[in-house]
Amino acid sequence: MFDEEKVKEIAKERRRWEKTTLPNWVKQCPERQKEFRNHSGMIIKGVYTPEDIEEMDYMRDLGFPGEYPFTRGLHATMYRGRLWTMRMFAGYGTAEDTNKRFKYLLSEGETGLSTAFDYPTIMGYDSDHPMARGEVGVCGVAVSSLKDMETLFDGIPLDKVTTSMTINGPAPILLAMYVAVGDKQNVPREKLGGTTQNDNLKEFFAQKLCIFPPKPSLKLSTDVIEYCARHLPRWNPISISGYHIREAGATALQELAFTLYDGITYVESTLERGLKVDEFAHRLSFFFASHNDFFEEIAKFRAARRLWAKIMKERFHAKNPRSMWMRMHVQTSGCTLTAQQPLNNIVRTTIQALAAVLGGTQSLHTNSFDEALCLPTEESVRVALRTQQIIAYESGVTNTVDPLAGSYYVEALTNEMEEKAMEYIQKIDDMGGAIEAIEKGFFQREIAESAYRYQRELEEKKRIIVGVNEYTVEEEECPIKLLRVDPKIEKEQVERLQKLKRERDNRKVRAVLEKLHYAAEKDENLMPTIIEAVKAYATLGEITEVLRKVYGEYKELIII
Amino acid sequence: MRGERKIRVLIAKPGLDSHDRGAKVVARALRDAGMEVIYTGLRQTPEQIVETALQEDVDVIGLSILSGAHKALFPRIMELLKEKGLTDIMVFAGGIIPEEDMPELKKLGIKEIFGPGTPTEKIIQFVLENVPKRK
Amino acid sequence: MEEERKPLAKVEEIARGVLAGDRRSIAKAITIIESNAPEAKKLISLIYPHTGKAHVIGLTGPGGSGKSTLIEKMVREYRRRGKTVGIVAIDPTSPFTGGAFLGDRIRMQELSTDEGVFIRSMATRNYAGGIAKATKDAVKILDAAGKDMVIVETVGAGQSEVEIIKVAHTIVVVHAPGLGDEIQAIKAGLMEIADIFVVNKADRENADKAVIDIQAMLQLGDRETAWKTPILKTTAITGDGVPQLVEKIEEHRIFLEKGLGFKRSLGKAEAELVDVIKEIVANSIIEELKREGIFEEVLREIVERKIDPASAAQKLLNKKFGKTH
Repeated sequence: MFDEEKVKEIAKERRRWEKTTLPNWVKQCPERQKEFRNHSGMIIKGVYTPEDIEEMDYMRDLGFPGEYPFTRGLHATMYRGRLWTMRMFAGYGTAEDTNKRFKYLLSEGETGLSTAFDYPTIMGYDSDHPMARGEVGVCGVAVSSLKDMETLFDGIPLDKVTTSMTINGPAPILLAMYVAVGDKQNVPREKLGGTTQNDNLKEFFAQKLCIFPPKPSLKLSTDVIEYCARHLPRWNPISISGYHIREAGATALQELAFTLYDGITYVESTLERGLKVDEFAHRLSFFFASHNDFFEEIAKFRAARRLWAKIMKERFHAKNPRSMWMRMHVQTSGCTLTAQQPLNNIVRTTIQALAAVLGGTQSLHTNSFDEALCLPTEESVRVALRTQQIIAYESGVTNTVDPLAGSYYVEALTNEMEEKAMEYIQKIDDMGGAIEAIEKGFFQREIAESAYRYQRELEEKKRIIVGVNEYTVEEEECPIKLLRVDPKIEKEQVERLQKLKRERDNRKVRAVLEKLHYAAEKDENLMPTIIEAVKAYATLGEITEVLRKVYGEYKELIII
Repeated sequence: MRGERKIRVLIAKPGLDSHDRGAKVVARALRDAGMEVIYTGLRQTPEQIVETALQEDVDVIGLSILSGAHKALFPRIMELLKEKGLTDIMVFAGGIIPEEDMPELKKLGIKEIFGPGTPTEKIIQFVLENVPKRK
Repeated sequence: MEEERKPLAKVEEIARGVLAGDRRSIAKAITIIESNAPEAKKLISLIYPHTGKAHVIGLTGPGGSGKSTLIEKMVREYRRRGKTVGIVAIDPTSPFTGGAFLGDRIRMQELSTDEGVFIRSMATRNYAGGIAKATKDAVKILDAAGKDMVIVETVGAGQSEVEIIKVAHTIVVVHAPGLGDEIQAIKAGLMEIADIFVVNKADRENADKAVIDIQAMLQLGDRETAWKTPILKTTAITGDGVPQLVEKIEEHRIFLEKGLGFKRSLGKAEAELVDVIKEIVANSIIEELKREGIFEEVLREIVERKIDPASAAQKLLNKKFGKTH
């Protein structure tokens, strides 16, 4: 990218500068730290020059947006053509409550829906299960049956919105319910658009919401991918997630490497079903966090795009450029929010959102400032949405594509991210793949170490969190209203369920559950049978119970 | 020191909340401070937690919860501890617990509640200073 | 809320509770022997006559072999057969911090509310008499409390783990294929004392090879016993092979009872008695020597290479008892 001779000259000048100008300055004003490192442990230099990226070739490593290797962006015009989707995660209480919040967000300018489910639903329990006690509707919406799903999307036309559902183990069931609602609204299935997270691999070492053991969990994820490839062409069957890996304590580099590896595993398992890579790969999507170190995050997003494109082309021989696209959704990091001086979180979220935009994301969720304390109120979630809108319309960063390309620092960091991520990928390959690595506790150990190291850095004040270990305020007043979920909800849900079970055709339900049991044992793709089951108003818990019987339950491997 | 008493701490995750980063970091910190830490893993019922505390004869229980379900689960746990005659165990909690809920929880017998961002050093000090003395 | 714990009930009361199977008493009793409290000796003396009924199983193997999952399934099988079970799960104490992370019971947590199961986690600490002694005492307590089976679980890594496992009547060594460390890593000590070998995760490809490897090593060994050490295959996650393992353990118990058992018990009793005597005698002599101010001086001489340890010991004992030793 640079003239060899000129770079040599710059290198020479640099050495001179390091011997003369720099030491003089440092003598008067020593650097604040002995060395500067980002979260991934990479050393950050004081100054970057073309020398740091002299090996780069513009067409090979960057290219033009919309073309391989897509480093600069998936689309030729990016935000000049269309802004990212502002998709705010929402869900709490009953389906009715969340339906109201959905409509509120849509009216305030949100462009896509994103659903949070409560813990019992996520773990495959109905609201009346003993394990659901105290948790119904508390950190997401409770959905135990198709009836709840119908209420959730009442008055929302499924051919006009796209919906993301953050659900993993029971993903087939929730997707089946969504399809059933679409059927009822007479929306042709080819028009249904949205995403199911459906990334069971990361559950084993990050989010920990695993129901079944690794192998059957991978099978269920793949069932959904396969079904969508054949029947729901607009649906993104999976959101391969790094967010939770990051929140569990991983570094940016680990987030990148482990997520990509999960992606590799899902591609491999779908290929085993006999599909060709170009038949499904274009619908794989990704989900990352955006954390505090501004440039580290931007480098991570760009490296992710380039590396995935390379993997799809070279490892999996994809031919269709769309198969090589890494479409990503980003959420600003939850674990960086502080309970102390919560208004500061608005600033953090802004920086993180900006990094995601400069990193070229397709879709973005911004956290609300009160989320270290509670679920967000209407007011606080509006501020979070406005943050995105201000970046989009007022900051000017959307007026050109990939503005940071060519920055010596950003490109050097992007290259380093890619290189080190490849090392991890090789390592896991050598170990025998993701499932082997999970069973050996590899990911868990890496993450536990990073989490502990981070905590130590905070306590030794090697890393500053404003308001927490520095610039603290003694007696803080809590200026914000907290959202409280009414405990009455649990009671109402239970009654609703009982009513449902009385009024439905129980013989039909029993028959379809038996059918499901058989299909699971025969290792068939379970989606069609699950759709049948939800239409008969079998509950989420009943369906999950059948699968639990066939696959067993997962017991976690503890590594601290 | 031959056969001396060690402080035994049970770190528990009640309910369905699966965020264990904090619990594990605290468990490790307490271990590094010389305590014996029993960790129950995720998704424990109040009954399992109390029974474990009994069998392991712990001095301290640390409850970690971020899902908001503390209002339902903590009273049940404290009730069971009373039933089994385990009121001499010191109980503390951590996670996402709004300040306005704390007085009620303290009335139940939970000695202290640590919010997000609490340094582990503070928790270690607290345990060392408040662990019940055995005669 | 009281600031201090209620005073420990009298030792007799706790002993009575143990014999009645009261869980709180069992827990407190184990704590007493763990902390080597002065009441410990009294406690053991009270319960000892009621021991000897439980079948003690030692289960060990490298990390990743699936031991805890296997134990969980074994316990369920025992419960199905109407047996009560006590489990002592041992984890290492960090030599640097003195603390320990006791995570074995996680795999067995569902069993914690089963009335017929008692699980206790112990750290290796720095016990008077070593962890083996503490384990023995914990086993005695569970035995006296009426548990039919007592399972002792350790990670078979070091020599002390081999010592712990000798507590048991039946020693089960668990391995799993493809753990990275080869079968050779099964410490030689374990190879000799194992009564049953288990290759877990038998659904994996190299399971059969692992069985063959163990067979080969057994043949190389020098054991001349009437008991032919079997190698079983299990898949702990599904429970396959577990009933057979339980059967085999039962077979071994019958074998022991038929005569060889008593000889073994005598051997065990002797070993334990000698250990205790050694400990008591050594402690009291050293105490005296320290009080008389001789001990430190001799230590210094040893470090300065003026005298070797064996001669130093002889010198000290001669000083104490005259030239009779």
